[in-house]
Amino acid sequence: MAPLSHYLILSAILFSIGVLGVLVRRNAIVVFMSVEIMLNAVNISLIAFDRNMNLHDGQIFSFMVMCVAAAEVSVGLAIIISLFRNKPTVNLDEFNILKW
Amino acid sequence: MLLKLTWLIPLYPLIGSIINGFFGLKLGKRLVGLIAAGSVALSFITTLLVFLGFLLLPEDQHVFEQVLFTWMSAGDFNVDFGFQIDPLSLTMMSFVTGVGFLIHVYSIGYMHEEYSFYRFFAYLNLFMFAMLLLVMGNNFLIMFIGWEGVGCCSYFLIGYYFEKKSACDAGTKAFIVNRVGDFAFLLAVMYIFNIFGTIDYTEVFHAAPEKLIYGGEAVTIITLLLFIGATGKSAQIPLYTWLPDAMEGPTPVSALIHAATMVTAGVFMVVRSSALFNLAPGTMMVVAFIGAGTAIFAATIGMTQYDIKRVLAYSTCSQIGYMFLACGVGAYTAAIFHMVTHAFFKACLFLGSGSVIHGVHGEQDMRKMGGLKKYMPVTYGTFLISTLAIAGIPPLSGFFSKDEVLYHSLTDGNIILWGMGISAALLTGFYMFRLVFMTFHGESRVDPHVHPHESPKIMTMPLVILAGLAVGGGLLGIPLIHGWHILHNWLEPVLHFDLASALQHSEHMLHEAGKHAPSWDHLLLPKEHNVGLELFLMLFSVIIAVTGISAAYIFYVRKPELPGRLTEGQWGYEIVKNKYMVDELYDETIVKPTIEGSKFLWKSADAQGIDGAVNGVAKTIGWFSEKARVFQSGFVRNYALFIVIGFIGLMIIAF
Amino acid sequence: MELLIFYPIAILCVALALGVVLNTSPINSAICLIGMMLGLAGIFAMQQAHFIAILQIIIYAGAIMVLFMFVIMLLNLKGDDVEWKSRDRNKLLTGLTAVLVLGGLYKIVDAILATDYKDQPKVADSFGTAAEVGESLFTDFVLPFEVASVLLLAAMVGAVVLAKTKLD
Repeated sequence: MAPLSHYLILSAILFSIGVLGVLVRRNAIVVFMSVEIMLNAVNISLIAFDRNMNLHDGQIFSFMVMCVAAAEVSVGLAIIISLFRNKPTVNLDEFNILKW
Repeated sequence: MLLKLTWLIPLYPLIGSIINGFFGLKLGKRLVGLIAAGSVALSFITTLLVFLGFLLLPEDQHVFEQVLFTWMSAGDFNVDFGFQIDPLSLTMMSFVTGVGFLIHVYSIGYMHEEYSFYRFFAYLNLFMFAMLLLVMGNNFLIMFIGWEGVGCCSYFLIGYYFEKKSACDAGTKAFIVNRVGDFAFLLAVMYIFNIFGTIDYTEVFHAAPEKLIYGGEAVTIITLLLFIGATGKSAQIPLYTWLPDAMEGPTPVSALIHAATMVTAGVFMVVRSSALFNLAPGTMMVVAFIGAGTAIFAATIGMTQYDIKRVLAYSTCSQIGYMFLACGVGAYTAAIFHMVTHAFFKACLFLGSGSVIHGVHGEQDMRKMGGLKKYMPVTYGTFLISTLAIAGIPPLSGFFSKDEVLYHSLTDGNIILWGMGISAALLTGFYMFRLVFMTFHGESRVDPHVHPHESPKIMTMPLVILAGLAVGGGLLGIPLIHGWHILHNWLEPVLHFDLASALQHSEHMLHEAGKHAPSWDHLLLPKEHNVGLELFLMLFSVIIAVTGISAAYIFYVRKPELPGRLTEGQWGYEIVKNKYMVDELYDETIVKPTIEGSKFLWKSADAQGIDGAVNGVAKTIGWFSEKARVFQSGFVRNYALFIVIGFIGLMIIAF
Repeated sequence: MELLIFYPIAILCVALALGVVLNTSPINSAICLIGMMLGLAGIFAMQQAHFIAILQIIIYAGAIMVLFMFVIMLLNLKGDDVEWKSRDRNKLLTGLTAVLVLGGLYKIVDAILATDYKDQPKVADSFGTAAEVGESLFTDFVLPFEVASVLLLAAMVGAVVLAKTKLD
């Protein structure tokens, strides 16, 4: 059995890669995919702790996370499509009128 | 019972003023004049009734107080609104309302062609109201209301011809110079309250010997401050500069305010506070010297002026100086006596000059008058009588009052004071008769197309009445025979001061404080009435007065070119003619720095400093906002970055 | 012994994640993401969470990624713009961001390594099976289950409303 710390470190690395992806990329779709990475990283951590304490709660929680991710992706992609209808680009830097 | 009518006395002029002020334009000139003069007449009659009621009081009661309501009650500070009827206030009330009534009647004729006839009478009645409050009040605060009120009405009336800039300036000057005095007066009243816990006359004057040390610093400061207030109101050195300029107002105003009533308010206040002044010998000396000094000073300036009203204004300054001289040596009765007689003859003189000015259609310069006695006989007659009175020729009233002042200044004061007084008497005779000779005698220097004429009856009748009073007023104070001095006996209950017990109290207080009391025995020596000295002095002052008159006769009737020759090119004469440049001095040292200071405060302190601070706050906020604006770039990624930064920051802080 | 399986899968996952972030073309990023999901499914299986592993493949790799593919195809997205590296200001900000995130990562790893972990307990054979999870789901956690279904309904309606063409 691999020690718990390994899984946690894996989760941390994946999460920070996801954060970097959100902050650095300009393509809206890729940003979204980075968000998915983050959610998955959290899932790993949940499952790992769950196994360590012999509970089921973590798995149920992970199930809910997946559920929410699905809902979020569908709505988010619908938004991106609406955005694309207004301005034929998904470059986030071009949507810069959210200021004074 | 009759005394209960007291509160009506100031009420009548107030109602008259309100009616005239609001409805005067619609009521027409006849009705306005009737209301104004009538209200003062009612006040006069009521005063006589109150006088009668006072005489009917039992022997030992010398004062009657009528309290209308409690005006202020704040903690320890309690002030009533009430009137005090005692011999002193009755004297003042009688001649204020009496002379006031005559002047009102005169004004109906004098101001007849004015459009704002009603405004004049509204202000004049308001002035009467304020003056009556001043003399009738039963505490210092009511006196102060009247004090301020007469100053305010003086400003209104001096600036009556407000289209002329010189009149407006004169009114402002009067008000501001008065204000300086009022400030000192107010400080004195506050100090009195601080020591006595009350400002009611009866309580303060009864407690004065017990609370104040004779010659101590508290009483000296209080009385000095009171006296400064009096110099402002009564036009003494150093606050006299407003009175000559106040002649810009109509002549009845000069007669009423600046001869008979307002300028005497200062003297009244000093006499009323005699209990306090008697305890401060230092201040008394100051009062006497300033009074005598002003008497000479103003007389010298009066000798060189050519405007008929200005000569009379300086004469007023000079005569009031006599009254303060009398107060300063402790002869309060003499001061009041001179005040009453002065009211009569000075009012007559001013009204007479008004009649002259009316007769030559507005000309005020004496160099353009002369030989008017054949055109205006009545005016000339009354004017001559009053001038003889002011010069001090027996048996007119002015002789008795002035002589009493001089006698007391020698016996109770010292020879320097007497010397100053007698010199002023010499000058008075000289310049007053100079006035008469230049105006009424000699060849006519009047403009050819001005036809001088006598004034109508409504103006000459008050002149006659006042001249009669100037003649007979001397009966109030017959000298030499001790029991016959009516005024002295009348005012005795008010001015009575027990010096011995006051000194005993002071010694007691000083011993309690651990200090040594100086020897005051020389003050308690009895004073005898030296009949021989008084007779000699009377004779001497008559000789002096006649000398002055003859000098004026030589200079202005016999040899009219002599004055011009003697004074040509003399720098002393030029200085005196320009009023010793006092106005210019005040302007340079006080007025200009104040204006410069105000300008500085306006431009630098207010516009730059305060506005800058307030604007500066707004500007700083704006500057910060501009710097912070950069964060709102509109880029979503930057916003996400800030979220992450914040989160990491939180983690660092929390862990 | 387990570590022998763990390390390759872990390294694969990290590499594919980096591929998602660093790729220029969105299609390539999507493919990398699918690979990462499959790798994660393996990790779940190693933790004896079989049900979740299967769900991961079905939901994530199967449905969500297909959705992504559909949108990328619909929007006809080409490769990412080449100005990604060009603007200086962006470079600075990117560098700053990397430093920040990596710093945070370092701190977390530090905290993880510093704690003492208990020994792993023994679990029953039926630990992560569908039966176990299902039983737990429908008895202890039935409320979140129902709420999740409402959420999915809302998401469906929202997605349809947002994405449909305006009928004027």
